[in-house]
Amino acid sequence: MALLEVKDLKVHFPIHGGILGRVVGYVKAVDGVSFSIEPGQTIGLVGESGSGKSTIGKSILGLTHITAGTIRFDGKDITKSVRKNRSPYRKSVQMIFQDVYSSLNPRKRVLDIIAEPLRNFENLSKTEERKRVDELLSIVGMTPDNASKYPFEFSGGQRQRIGVARAIALKPRLIVCDEPVSALDLSVQAQVLNHLKDIQQELKMAYLFISHDLGVVKHMCEHLAIMHHARFVEYGTRKDIYENAAHIYTKRLIAAIPDIDPNKRKDNARNRAEINALYEKELPDYYRDGYGVYDLRPISDTHQVAML
Amino acid sequence: MAQDVLLQVKDLRTSFRVEGEYYAAVDGVNLDIYKNEVFALVGESGCGKSAMALSITRLHNMNYTRCEGEVLYEGKNLLTMTLPEINKIRGGSIGMIFQDPLTAMNPLMRVGAQIEETLTYHTNMNRSEKKSRTLELLDQVGMVNPALTYDQFPHELSGGMRQRAMIAMAIAAKPEIIIADEPTTALDVTIQAQILDLLDELRGSTGGSMLLITHDLGVVADIADRVAVMYAGQIVEIATVFELFANPLHPYTRSLLNSMPSALTEEARLHTIQGIVPSLQNLPRSGCRFAERIPWHHASLHEEDPQYHEVSPGHFVLCSCYKTFTLKAGA
Ligand SMILES: Nc1ncnc2c1ncn2[C@@H]1O[C@H](COP(=O)(O)OP(=O)(O)OP(=O)(O)O)[C@@H](O)[C@H]1O
Ligand SMILES: Nc1ncnc2c1ncn2[C@@H]1O[C@H](COP(=O)(O)OP(=O)(O)OP(=O)(O)O)[C@@H](O)[C@H]1O
Ligand code: SF4
Ligand SMILES: [Mg+2]
Ligand SMILES: [Mg+2]
Repeated sequence: MALLEVKDLKVHFPIHGGILGRVVGYVKAVDGVSFSIEPGQTIGLVGESGSGKSTIGKSILGLTHITAGTIRFDGKDITKSVRKNRSPYRKSVQMIFQDVYSSLNPRKRVLDIIAEPLRNFENLSKTEERKRVDELLSIVGMTPDNASKYPFEFSGGQRQRIGVARAIALKPRLIVCDEPVSALDLSVQAQVLNHLKDIQQELKMAYLFISHDLGVVKHMCEHLAIMHHARFVEYGTRKDIYENAAHIYTKRLIAAIPDIDPNKRKDNARNRAEINALYEKELPDYYRDGYGVYDLRPISDTHQVAML
Repeated sequence: MAQDVLLQVKDLRTSFRVEGEYYAAVDGVNLDIYKNEVFALVGESGCGKSAMALSITRLHNMNYTRCEGEVLYEGKNLLTMTLPEINKIRGGSIGMIFQDPLTAMNPLMRVGAQIEETLTYHTNMNRSEKKSRTLELLDQVGMVNPALTYDQFPHELSGGMRQRAMIAMAIAAKPEIIIADEPTTALDVTIQAQILDLLDELRGSTGGSMLLITHDLGVVADIADRVAVMYAGQIVEIATVFELFANPLHPYTRSLLNSMPSALTEEARLHTIQGIVPSLQNLPRSGCRFAERIPWHHASLHEEDPQYHEVSPGHFVLCSCYKTFTLKAGA
């Protein structure tokens, strides 16, 4: 049985206009998205900035309203209950937030921030708790003497790592990782990713892994969903996506991965320009009226593409 | 190869108060940023990059921060300027893109109004000019629906849209220098390319420069002219981007480049630099700060008080160990 099953999820935000603030329209942040995650699996979610990735993550955590669709966890429909009573579910599902700083209480010390989930759900003595927090800090490459500091005393990447430590503290069954390593240099990033993989194997944790870094996603995820305009444009295995991309948006994304060789600047720029031109040309084949994303249809056992 | 210097950082030392004592996060940095160049600054998380950027624009909270040294722009020291003087420059001829967009934006003000505020302060545009310029900026940073974003509040935007709104704010007044602290971390690669092109174009049109802080070496390879590598508050190496990628010398630079995405394939484990960076209070303050992370490098090979060596014109490295240093396999 799937650990998480999301079916035809829609999240629409009202747009208020005029002096009276009447609803004049909706931002369709997520507009009909379905997927499931098995225990121990990692699904990658990549796509255009503003395409609805974080909104999907937040809806799973009950942090935003849901306009339509269902979310099941362990077979149970939690769509209605997730916003009201999050508690038993909350232990099993955690989120690493994209907006790190605003997700950390500025008046709390790091010790209390990381220990908070432990205090809510586990009965540890003060020394056990401190030991656990120190362990978590070292996992994310920080020394124990940081525990007494406040969030503002840290660099961007250090804050992000505090968010990671907090999310893994309870060893949840599912973590929504929303850009978990975007502020980290390669070495620290590798350390965090290696650990996420280790605990996944050990505990059968599942990840919904949102990232703009296609190298990181390739490393972490066996399955990927590509998002554009609030919907999935393509879904498949790592191999399907990286070696056999079928949707024009996916192709464009993969062509834009920067090459790490300053001598190839001109080639890279030319490649990008070519694929952008191709994108403009082929747009009508892939989008209804140049914008709407079609329903996914299978092109192999593992690979689905949104085309007519 | 004499070049005009636009911004000069001289012996900058930025210290934070931790439990009553001040500790330097930027510990004696010297840099020249030339006219019309993209100067990239890379380095491990927590090494002092943002602390340096915020010192240049004097945006630290001085209740617990101390900035010593000089930051010279047009012959004037930004660190000792009066507040009205620095306010005129900040957002005007020096644009700042912050690592955390939310700290730069007013949560209670619509996005359009925030960008217009910058225009009010730094240009003579009238109301309708400001509005059309703002819509143009929102379009340039790749907003799908500029008119809608204009009326939205920061919390109604996605992470990457907020980052782009802040970029629009930073470039609104066509600054001569852009200080960009991780400007594209929340952007997908196609919009990232668009933003980098936009920043580059702006730089070309004003003849200005950019100090680009990023940990994305792909971005560095793509647009930087020169690169400085920072470790534990110090610059350990400076070179042109071509020279640095082809011939990295400092052990930290080499470990960093060695962690690069050829490694980011499907391999089971990714490369990390061993050891853990001490917190600010416990940083080694004498000798080489990186030495403890390469324990196999024999003690007799370390310089006691590492000095800068110019190995080829414009390529500086702290210490002479590049002559003997080898990367350990798997390190
Ligand atoms: N609270 C809100 N009110 C109104 N609109 C919102 C709200 N939250 C998100 N949106 C809109 O929903 C859309 C999707 O946002 P979301 O944060 O899910 O994007 P994303 O894919 O995570 O993008 P990014 O990669 O930039 O983080 C955006 O157009 C955004 O403006
Ligand atoms: N306000 C502060 N008070 C105390 N210490 C601070 C403060 N701001 C930063 N620091 C410390 O100073 C050091 C440098 O921080 P800085 O933000 O400059 O790092 P950075 O190089 O930008 O890292 P990142 O890549 O993670 O953003 C870090 O050890 C950080 O913990
Ligand atoms: S030899 Fe020099 S640069 Fe190399 S680690 Fe030792 S002191 Fe540092
Ligand atoms: Mg997001
Ligand atoms: Mg920083």
